[in-house]
Amino acid sequence: MIDFDWLLLFEVSLAGIGSGGLYALAGLAFVLIFKATKVVNLAIGEMLMMGAYFFFAMASTLGWPIWLGVVVAVLGSGALGALIERLLIRPMLGESPISVFMITIGLSSILVGAVELIWGADQMRLPDFMPSDPVLIGEAMVPPKIFYGFLVATGLIAVVLVVFRFWRGGIALRATASDQAAAYSMGINVPRVFSLAWVVGAMVAAIAGIIVGSISSLSPTMGVFGLSVLVVVIVGGLDSVAGALVGGIVVGLVEAWSGTYLGGQYKMLSTFSLLVLILMVRPYGLFGTHEIERL
Amino acid sequence: MTQASPDVVLSINNIEVIYNKAVQVLRGLSLRVPRGQIVALLGSNGAGKTTTLKAVSGLLALEDGEMTRGSVVLDGVDTARLKPHELVRSGLFHVMEGRRVFEDLTIEENLISATYALSGRRAASADFELVYEYFPRLFERRRGLAGYLSGGEQQMLAIGRALIARPKVMLLDEPSLGLSPLLVENIFTIIARINREQGVSMLLVEQNASVALAVAHTGYIMETGKVVIDGPAEKLAGDPDVREFYLGMAGEGAARSFRDIKHYKRRKRWLS
Ligand SMILES: Nc1ncnc2c1ncn2[C@@H]1O[C@H](COP(=O)(O)OP(=O)(O)OP(=O)(O)O)[C@@H](O)[C@H]1O
Ligand SMILES: [Mg+2]
Repeated sequence: MIDFDWLLLFEVSLAGIGSGGLYALAGLAFVLIFKATKVVNLAIGEMLMMGAYFFFAMASTLGWPIWLGVVVAVLGSGALGALIERLLIRPMLGESPISVFMITIGLSSILVGAVELIWGADQMRLPDFMPSDPVLIGEAMVPPKIFYGFLVATGLIAVVLVVFRFWRGGIALRATASDQAAAYSMGINVPRVFSLAWVVGAMVAAIAGIIVGSISSLSPTMGVFGLSVLVVVIVGGLDSVAGALVGGIVVGLVEAWSGTYLGGQYKMLSTFSLLVLILMVRPYGLFGTHEIERL
Repeated sequence: MTQASPDVVLSINNIEVIYNKAVQVLRGLSLRVPRGQIVALLGSNGAGKTTTLKAVSGLLALEDGEMTRGSVVLDGVDTARLKPHELVRSGLFHVMEGRRVFEDLTIEENLISATYALSGRRAASADFELVYEYFPRLFERRRGLAGYLSGGEQQMLAIGRALIARPKVMLLDEPSLGLSPLLVENIFTIIARINREQGVSMLLVEQNASVALAVAHTGYIMETGKVVIDGPAEKLAGDPDVREFYLGMAGEGAARSFRDIKHYKRRKRWLS
């Protein structure tokens, strides 16, 4: 006890917060879609994966410059989001939440199948594009990819938060989230808000996917990341952007701590214990306002 | 049904509405709103007043309701093909029953949300000052969340949003709901002022018949899905039969009409 390695704790915590930022970003993608459309999107992990593979196709296969690869991959993912909304979700309008939920499960298998068909099941590496010099915070070393990933993630979340507070479209989204019929009666084009939420959600997911993919690697199983994202958004409250941020960092920390001090096999166990604990105290998550759909 | 004459801004022609492909709620209802007037639509609980407004504003579809017959004509244009938000943008604004303010938005943001009603209309800009002139209380609380407003203030906000939209026709569904008598008088005074000063035509649904007829030019009374009586507001308000049988304003509390009882039975059958 006396020789407790405080520096290690500090480093582990920083790494936890770092990956928490990515969870938060992916959580944000989920929350945007849920907030507007009330769809629990189980395919969020796979949408992340698609973004990363799009980037791989542009930057590795076609050899385009990194920035162009990112832009095109993000735009492509947005188009995919619009397509998903139009073909799979819109026809389900008015159906029970459980049917829509099942549709998103189907969607995740479709996406995994598509990736395996096009790119195969092997692991692949994304081109390195982040600075690789180690980052020092005080005496603590932070892996550079996690550090820069965190910066991008929090920056993006901040932008989205500001946009939703002040841009009129953000007000339309929140109005739609709060009362759909009333939003219609204001002259808001509600189906367009739905579609926009899927587009922006898919784009945010793609950015998270590109960062996650370049920190670890690319494979069709990358979608399991989505499992942790679900924990994040349930902890934060399904419809709260701030909740996704806090939930992401909390889950990131818990995973990092349990991975270091208990062993890697305890990561999932501790995350889910945390989930159960928080739901017992706050059934709608830390910041959630709406009732969680009974599935 | 005769064609709408040019001074009729909204005409509802012989409409029928069915919910869930099974429950028929409106059975050939017709009424018209002359330009610049307030028309009161009265009737007992469950008569179909709210359904009528939803049929006009196109919100029926959200509840699996369908207009199976008849037409709604706004300013000479049949509205059948217009989606709800397009209808709003062409000048029809529905202030829904129960106020329906966006509770987790501020008062200001609630008003901004109504600026979507102005989209696609040339030279239309939002006039927030106008709302605050009619409702100074909203100005004081503009940065607060709408959910924390009192019932009366929420009703002001609901009407304020309608003002932002600068509609040709406002549909008002029970603005008196749950308000104290003093506040009801207050709100209705402002409704009458808005009608006069802004030239907005209004279709006003109310349970509170006396206050509605006091501000309205014309009145319609409906029962189980159709209009049973209509006429100038003062005439309806003064007619003893109307008062006794349809408005529940008789000396005794037993102003239940025959149709009311029939309606009640029908409902009972639904429930069992
Ligand atoms: N979504 C719905 N599905 C099925 N039936 C409905 C629906 N909405 C209303 N109804 C039925 O239609 C009838 C008329 O309802 P409506 O809300 O139009 O009445 P109302 O005149 O506005 O009554 P109130 O004065 O109580 O508001 C009622 O019998 C009601 O039960
Ligand atoms: Mg009603």
